[in-house]
Amino acid sequence: MADTFDIEIATPERLLAREKAVRAQIPAKDGYIGMLPDHASLLSELGIGALTYTTPEDHRFSIAVCGGFLEIHDNVVRVLTDVAEKGQEIDVTEAEKTLKHAQDAMINPALGVDIASALIAARHAQARIDAARKAVNKEE
Amino acid sequence: MPSLIDLRRRIRSVKNTQQITKAMKVVSAAKLRRAQDRVIAARPYAQIIQRMLANVAQAAAEQNEDEEIELLARRPEKRILLLVITADRGLAGAFNSNVIRTAQKFIGEHRETEVHLELIGRKGREFFKRRHSKITGEYTTLFQKPPRYEDALEIARKVIEMFRKAEIDSIYVVGNNFKSMMASLLVTARLLPVELPEKQEQIDYIYEQPPGELLAALLPRYIESQIYRAMLESDAAQHAARMTAMEAASSNASDVISALTLRMNRVRQASITREIIEIVSGAAALD
Repeated sequence: MADTFDIEIATPERLLAREKAVRAQIPAKDGYIGMLPDHASLLSELGIGALTYTTPEDHRFSIAVCGGFLEIHDNVVRVLTDVAEKGQEIDVTEAEKTLKHAQDAMINPALGVDIASALIAARHAQARIDAARKAVNKEE
Repeated sequence: MPSLIDLRRRIRSVKNTQQITKAMKVVSAAKLRRAQDRVIAARPYAQIIQRMLANVAQAAAEQNEDEEIELLARRPEKRILLLVITADRGLAGAFNSNVIRTAQKFIGEHRETEVHLELIGRKGREFFKRRHSKITGEYTTLFQKPPRYEDALEIARKVIEMFRKAEIDSIYVVGNNFKSMMASLLVTARLLPVELPEKQEQIDYIYEQPPGELLAALLPRYIESQIYRAMLESDAAQHAARMTAMEAASSNASDVISALTLRMNRVRQASITREIIEIVSGAAALD
């Protein structure tokens, strides 16, 4: 029985994180997955949301992810995502502005923005805000 | 025999050239290091996606869900799209001409099929612009800065769309892979239909989505990451090739300078000797 598992978060451009963790919440396509060591092997698409994990030293990290894939196998979580940002690096005011903008686009068809892409933009902005908030809580 | 002034002028001009080639070498070396770092940084994603793909493909095949996946569809190759990855700039030895030659060979080997070209890099475009009629797209500024994933994404979406619509039956890439400082490896690889990676061990996954669905979602990303990787490799190889070429040019300039200096000294010596003879013979005439 392992106490920890490895978590790897990779974007096409770089490996964002490779760390040991004791627990994690991962936004899969059909809802969040809670993860503890010795999880069963799993493959899934990744959703849009804030991925959080806690290291053995009890530091909590949160990362906004937007679409991709998730693999859990042999106590290693591998997350492939197109966009990933560390919570503490996210500019909340800017994200809120984007969210507002996307929401406006959704309820106001006159703007001529594709609703599906506006929805994704809104969810991504929300994920960034969540990730930023969760990152701030950690320091308190 | 050239005059002393002419020789001096030539030496100065070669020295100027040498300074430029030396500077370019240093710049390429710095860029190469960063390009290499990017290649390495992009590796984990590519490896993970490859492994996932192998597993998912296997599972999908077992459940016969892989049949109607478009990106795996094999059709008789009537129209081929060739992605030609060159650099935007020259002065990199045989870098660009090697790619172009390979692409031409490829076209020659597929005479009975229609070969369309998607040209990434200005050098390839300059060459094929007048020589090839079926050019589906050209990108001439992608390598001015480090290759961006969004650019690879754009190209990938476009070619995938063409493949889906059956405008194109298969897609190949030709470009340089970075191997070492001195050598780069020219590769021609098929991108679509996707050649599924070899399966190693079968892992009993829980599939949150049906494997077929996962496979269909994975494949476009796989293509994107392949194109991105090819661009990064080509970028690194480009800088390596330019560095080597500039190194050779600098040492060549040194050789030319020393040969010219030797000649200049000979000419100068000859003129001194001649003057002495004139003086001596003048003095002798007075006696």
